[in-house]
Amino acid sequence: MTIIAPELGTHSWPVMGRHPDLHGRLAAVLGDALIAIADHAGETSVTLARDALVDCVVALRDAPDLRFNQLTDICGADYPDRAERFEVVVQLLSMAHNLRLRVKVATDGAAPVPSLVGVFANAGWYERETWDCYGVMFAGNPDMRRILTDYGFEGHPFRKDFPLTGHVELRWSEEHKRVVYEPVRLAQDFRSFDFLSPWEGTDYVLPGDEKAGVK
Amino acid sequence: MSSLGNAGAAWTAADTMDVLPAKDGNEIQNYMINFGPQHPAAHGVLRLVMELDGEIIERCDPHIGLLHRGTEKLIEYKTYLQALPYMDRLDYVSPMCMEHSYVLAIEKLAGIEVPLRAKYIRTMFAEITRILNHILNTTAHAMDVGAMTPMLWLFEEREKLMEFYERVSGARFHAAWFRPGGVHQDLPAGMLDDIGRWCEGFPRLLDEFQGLVADNRIFKQRNVDIGVISKEDAILWGFTGPCIRASGVAWDLRKSQPYDAYHLVDFNVPVSNDGDCYARFMVRMEEMRESVKIIQQCVRDMPAGAHITDNRKVAPPSRREMKRSMEALIHHFKLYTEGLHVPAGEAYVATESPKGEFGIYMVADGTNKPWRCHIRATGMAHLQAMDFLCKGHLLADAPAVLGSLDIVFGEVDR
Repeated sequence: MTIIAPELGTHSWPVMGRHPDLHGRLAAVLGDALIAIADHAGETSVTLARDALVDCVVALRDAPDLRFNQLTDICGADYPDRAERFEVVVQLLSMAHNLRLRVKVATDGAAPVPSLVGVFANAGWYERETWDCYGVMFAGNPDMRRILTDYGFEGHPFRKDFPLTGHVELRWSEEHKRVVYEPVRLAQDFRSFDFLSPWEGTDYVLPGDEKAGVK
Repeated sequence: MSSLGNAGAAWTAADTMDVLPAKDGNEIQNYMINFGPQHPAAHGVLRLVMELDGEIIERCDPHIGLLHRGTEKLIEYKTYLQALPYMDRLDYVSPMCMEHSYVLAIEKLAGIEVPLRAKYIRTMFAEITRILNHILNTTAHAMDVGAMTPMLWLFEEREKLMEFYERVSGARFHAAWFRPGGVHQDLPAGMLDDIGRWCEGFPRLLDEFQGLVADNRIFKQRNVDIGVISKEDAILWGFTGPCIRASGVAWDLRKSQPYDAYHLVDFNVPVSNDGDCYARFMVRMEEMRESVKIIQQCVRDMPAGAHITDNRKVAPPSRREMKRSMEALIHHFKLYTEGLHVPAGEAYVATESPKGEFGIYMVADGTNKPWRCHIRATGMAHLQAMDFLCKGHLLADAPAVLGSLDIVFGEVDR
């Protein structure tokens, strides 16, 4: 197998090596755990069965023509419309073959995702961050404390149903001689500007003309 | 002398101790200390909870998030252009490199063409930013272990580089100058000559700095064989940038996954095999020299032409055009109210920021705001290895290790 060398200078964003038959190899290595495989903007992402995550990542790391040997990142994403609304996104890098791969598993927030701590040492903090921000549990991570938010914080702030302004604000209380938490009070209403309108102009329908185009 | 004895006795206050029973019945007490969050060697707001056995670090638990501002959440509520200045505030020591990943992610998702001149300009300023960052890191690292002079010498150079920032963007730090499709304004007249002139003088200063500390006995005692990480462990802990190159892995995204004009410039990637604090320091020193070479090549080869794409759905028209053309005026208005639309899809774009791989995972839903924009912070992976690196070292080695990892909390906490 030879990795196809990157074509330089065609565009501004990073160019990577290309595997001659990545889809075929991924299908062979991942087997039944592979739910979906998609290419977008020259990147490949695979959706896996949640429980098979650890085995699959080990297989991807050990396959001699893939060798995804570094865990770049783990993050969460929230899609409230889906049945299993949370997605855990794992970015893998193969230094030997200059390839990147995105591995995704879905969860509804109650079902834990198997932890990758046993495979990659740096998974620990990434999983803590995902837990902190989205409330996705990782089974097998020995240290599931919050990481980015304040000590004693409640809720998972990056969920789409968590308000941007949060629920509490803090201030120094001269009376108590310490910082106190209070419910958020906005001096003016939270304004969310929506400038979304088509560039081509709005499609106005005159009253009574609704059925004009319908046959 | 008696007062000294009393002060010593105060250290055994039982309520701060972790009491462990020993085999022979005597109590062995490990001392827990808080390093930071308000400590000059903590490089910002890091709280390290350390368990000490005498002066030896048994366990080290970094508490981060004290500078967490919810950048990723804020970005979801802003248009693509409005969210760009948040990037400057991540790693505030290398602002333009943070913007770089972000604009490349938008360009990748929207398939935006960038003129060659803009690619060269961005490459040049990414390297200026690299020097800006490495000057701060290497001199602060030297100061952490006791050398005050380098910081005083080299901060003047940093000031000159920030003047270049100011001349192109109007701001010394938070430039917001890299834009999808190019850069916001072209270089002012005479800029390239001044940058070229600066490149001639800087390496001599770097030599003086290196001569001052690199062979210094104290500096070596504090850094050589401290915080050693092997090649395999560095990969396993997700190290990137100078930290992984100091461990003998020749991995540089500018070479392996070139972006903008990096495939057009010639430079070397310094690598060391030692993996200790000294190696990380020296790799950064060499990188600055390579960066100067890249800047000189950009100055030499910079073509004339547009500094930003002429796709009016992405970049605004010029002022002059707006005075005459109704269409240009409409484009300008739409761009700064509604903003540009990015087609639905997702992409992960990583660039070689001065600290290592800085990535943006962007999920676009086809509107004018990103659905999700995750920031892959370089420092997070490095700081996570603090416990691994510090275990068994003396307390005084912790600042040296921390300094050599090049941590900035704006980026780690996001």
